[in-house]
Amino acid sequence: METVFVLLLLICPFTGFLINLLAGKKMGRTLPGIIATTAVSASFAISLFYFIQILSTNAPVEVRLFDWVTFGEFSIGFDLVLDQLSLLWLLVVTGIGALIHVYSTGYMKDDENVDRFFSYLNLFIFFMILLVTAGNLGIMFIGWEGVGLCSYLLIGFWYKNQSYNDAAKKAFIMNRIGDLGFLVGLFILAYLLGTVDFRAMSFELSDIYGIDKKLLGVAALCLFVGAMGKSAQIPLYTWLPDAMAGPTPVSALIHAATMVTAGIFMVTRMSFLFDLIPDVQTFIAIVGAVTALFAASIGIAQTDIKKVLAYSTVSQLGLMFMALGFGAYHVAVFHVITHAFFKACLFLGSGSVIHAMGGEQDMRRMGGLKKVMGVTFVTFLISTLSISGIPPFAGFFSKDEIMLAAFEHNKILWAIAALASLLTAFYMFRVLFLTFYKDFRGTAEQKHHLHESPKSMTMPLIVLAILATVGGLISLPFGFNWLNGYLQPVILNLQGVEHHSLDSTGWILMGVSTAIALIGFGLAYSKYISKSAVPQEDDKIGGFAKVLYNKYYIDEIYNTVFIKPIYAMADFFKNVVEKIVAASVLAFGKGIAILSVYTKALHNGSVGFYLFVFVIGFCSVVFCLLLI
Amino acid sequence: MSNILQEIGINNYIYLSVLLFCVGVLGILFRRSAIVMLMSVELMLASANMLLAVFSVYHQDASGQVFVVFSMAVAAAEVAVGLAILVAIFRNIGSIDIEKLKNLKG
Repeated sequence: METVFVLLLLICPFTGFLINLLAGKKMGRTLPGIIATTAVSASFAISLFYFIQILSTNAPVEVRLFDWVTFGEFSIGFDLVLDQLSLLWLLVVTGIGALIHVYSTGYMKDDENVDRFFSYLNLFIFFMILLVTAGNLGIMFIGWEGVGLCSYLLIGFWYKNQSYNDAAKKAFIMNRIGDLGFLVGLFILAYLLGTVDFRAMSFELSDIYGIDKKLLGVAALCLFVGAMGKSAQIPLYTWLPDAMAGPTPVSALIHAATMVTAGIFMVTRMSFLFDLIPDVQTFIAIVGAVTALFAASIGIAQTDIKKVLAYSTVSQLGLMFMALGFGAYHVAVFHVITHAFFKACLFLGSGSVIHAMGGEQDMRRMGGLKKVMGVTFVTFLISTLSISGIPPFAGFFSKDEIMLAAFEHNKILWAIAALASLLTAFYMFRVLFLTFYKDFRGTAEQKHHLHESPKSMTMPLIVLAILATVGGLISLPFGFNWLNGYLQPVILNLQGVEHHSLDSTGWILMGVSTAIALIGFGLAYSKYISKSAVPQEDDKIGGFAKVLYNKYYIDEIYNTVFIKPIYAMADFFKNVVEKIVAASVLAFGKGIAILSVYTKALHNGSVGFYLFVFVIGFCSVVFCLLLI
Repeated sequence: MSNILQEIGINNYIYLSVLLFCVGVLGILFRRSAIVMLMSVELMLASANMLLAVFSVYHQDASGQVFVVFSMAVAAAEVAVGLAILVAIFRNIGSIDIEKLKNLKG
């Protein structure tokens, strides 16, 4: 019975994928969206059922479908596990997934390939469910690769634009670098522990006597490299801003709410491993904090509304990794959830704006949209307040817990994260003011076209805005903290749970966080409302702002350091090595031709001559045999 | 049957067979008409068949003669194919002189 239900959870989106893939073209433009949305909603219903069940029973559901890989002692089963952690992620993936499917039915209404779009979205949901319900690293890797594939397909969805295709390839290749790390980590763990099953690995590692600890550290580091690629951390983050080439619902679902948090999910799943190696944990915390600040600083100079949100996502993911590095897994999970709410809402809001602007994404051409797009404005405002960390919105509580964990472990990283938060508040309000306040700066034609989005698009926005407001309730700093208790069974050594009756430090930090958010708001207000500043056109930007606008020239640096040498190498092989090989092959052929000048006289085409030689030859063979 | 074999003697049969075979070989080597060469090949085949039949009687074993029947059937089919090829060549070139069939010269 359980097997059937768990299978249904997976099969629903996959069926939606198949139907839309095979028969989508014949169904018009409305039906594919309805089928896809129904499929995801069914998965959401099943997830909700199991979630309610686990709340009362506290027992995870485990299903083994079949033995996948077996050789000798080592085996990988096709195991699916619905425990506290995976159910939480399932709710986020299928819940927000369903909302974004509804939104897409409005957003993609006029696209000629709407069936292909929905089939990819369903395939993504399928792989994401596989990733989070995996009972071992092997199955997780299938999902891990699958979501990468769907990300590639959806970034390059409008494949007629070459720069979009390039962005898709960039995302795929960057992820591939990370995936190599994941795979190496998996192999090392399989070698060391003889299993890749999460529970079995956890059991093996409960006593690490006789296990090579250095190699274990390498394995943890490799897994983190995988997480770096998938969750866009320095130095593998450059694909995420480019991934904004995809349709906006894709950016909301894959590149903000779900797929990019897969790295955090994996590290949380493997917490028993990372807990053993403090060096790697420190490394994760540093990478996370630096990424948070770095991406936030790029975010303040971008003018493309989706690019700002993309860098904001990178920055927030950095904060989550910092929390992971401090061993505060539950805090990272909390921030993943609230981030999914407000960032999905922000992306969908920006999609609504882009929809109204007829495809324009540059904030310098926007402004004054508040009057026309009431619902979009209010939901965008709520999410901005939430991400900036202004109480009592959801983002405040999760970010505050990260700050608290950082302050306890490392004051320098706390300062970096605080600065990143300041920048976050600044650039988010900058987006808000530039887009919705003051006067409209676009063309008259665009102004005429402005309109509020249809119900199918505003409804998900409203739901997400409500969640972004009240999402913090699941883990309040004072007294009621449901999330920590809920996650207790799946995360060993859950830190900082006991002292959650806030002391004075906690209250002061909370005040500081709020003050930082308000300062960010104030700076943005004075610049973009009081002084009515508008970012300058591309060619007039100068000084450090130009460096920020050009993203620290990281893409150019990668281009020079990695891509150019590879092209040079390719040129070398093409112009030198290939010539040598070709010449030697040709020389061989020529040699044969020269040698054959005399022997080819035998091949004179005369049948009589052939028969004569044949008879002579046969006779001499018989003669020889007789002699012997 | 055995009487005839005894009266003539197996040696003479073998001489006749070798003679026929040599005629075939010489025909192939020295005639220039493709159709005569085909006939020479048939002659060689016939000499081999005859030898088979003779030894079959000599050893009092019928299987050799059965084999000859098969061999002749196959030879008939082969001649049909060979003649068809010759007709096709004649239609294309207007001659079946093998001296003129030198297109495969290397």
